[in-house]
Amino acid sequence: MVKTISDGIVISPIKNGTVIDHITPGEGLTVLRILGIRDGTNVTVIVASNVPSSRGGRKDMVKIENRELLKDEVDKIALVAPDATISIIRNFKVSVKKTVEVPKQITGVIKCPNPNCITNTKEPVQSKFVVHPRGFRCQYCDSLISSEMDIGDYI
Amino acid sequence: MTHEQKNILSVRDMEREEIDKLLSSAAAFDRGNYTGRELEGKILAVLFFEPSTRTRMSFSAAMMRLGGKILNLGSVEATSITKGETLSDTIRVISGYCDAIVLRHPKEGAARLAGEVASVPVINGGDGAGQHPSQTLLDLFTIRESMPIENIDVGLQGDLRYGRTVHSLAFALSKYNNIRLHTIAPDGLNFPKFIKEDLQDVGVELIVHDHIEDALPELDVLYVTRLQRERFPDPVAFANYASTYRITPELLELAKPGMIVLHPLPRVDEIDPAVDDLPCAKYFEQAHNGVPIRMAMLNEVIN
Repeated sequence: MVKTISDGIVISPIKNGTVIDHITPGEGLTVLRILGIRDGTNVTVIVASNVPSSRGGRKDMVKIENRELLKDEVDKIALVAPDATISIIRNFKVSVKKTVEVPKQITGVIKCPNPNCITNTKEPVQSKFVVHPRGFRCQYCDSLISSEMDIGDYI
Repeated sequence: MTHEQKNILSVRDMEREEIDKLLSSAAAFDRGNYTGRELEGKILAVLFFEPSTRTRMSFSAAMMRLGGKILNLGSVEATSITKGETLSDTIRVISGYCDAIVLRHPKEGAARLAGEVASVPVINGGDGAGQHPSQTLLDLFTIRESMPIENIDVGLQGDLRYGRTVHSLAFALSKYNNIRLHTIAPDGLNFPKFIKEDLQDVGVELIVHDHIEDALPELDVLYVTRLQRERFPDPVAFANYASTYRITPELLELAKPGMIVLHPLPRVDEIDPAVDDLPCAKYFEQAHNGVPIRMAMLNEVIN
């Protein structure tokens, strides 16, 4: 019998790699962008969007074969998916499971919203943002991406 | 950047003690307490990617007063920047020619980037709509010449939305005790929300006024800034505002004795020239203070 979404199994398991689960619905593709997986990639990636979550509601899920995410990569995901869980899979089994936490400083991920910021020029410089009580602040021009703004728009 | 290298990029980065040290040093220079050999043999590269009169000339004058020499970028058109060289490369190369760099650049954050790649100290001479620490320090210095920077009411008038000098001054004042900031700005040109929130975070009391007449009797300092016509939806709105908020001797009769009027200059119509001769008019003195404050900054980062 063919399994359906309501049966809860629509994504095949991976042998080795990383599963990012409980991503905020709609942010799965942004997570891929954060991880640097873009058009033309030869990495095997499975993305599920807006699937039912065991915690209730909907979620996105990303599976990446043959890549184990490092701590700094994992934490960047927290920008758009603070409730995500990361499972490192080895030989079809969960070897390590961890949650994400927003890093104090984020380098090279967020595009500064200020078009006149030096990081939005041809200068060889990566954007640097620090966590601020009301969002994220550009270390170069002091622009603030407030919590009310969708940070995914700047990734 | 080496570990010991000292840059002055933003007043927001500075501790109050650092600011006070620079103000005291500027006061000593202003009294003539210097030999003129403090920076003998040193070279300051003056890199201005935007037009400037006061900042460029006063940094140059400050360097020369302390016995140093100036290396000017000259016009941008005549440099390798027109060949497509990045600012980072320009700064790296020029670091090898001098003992310190003053940079003015149209992009916000340019000075911070320069500070990261330079092998000599960098002073921010204004980056886009961002920071302009030497202006802020000379504003503070001018206030301190008239009164202690403590328990005072400071009025900020004009374009508070885009005016970098007022943002920077507001944050600098927030480092002092019991400062109340009064804003007097046209609709749509008051402090942006994030600036207001940042100021409130550091405990500044902000009082918003619709009319300058309401604010004046309470103020110890009135800081006036220039309005730019292009910020207004139409010329009539600009003309209305300009006529309502023009500072005149008659208006200043509402002020407390001892109140001072500052303006970063250039002014256009915001202050009636008849105010210039009143004892409260400190804006030309403020412009002159650019030299001692920049002497203090140069001496601090080079020596």
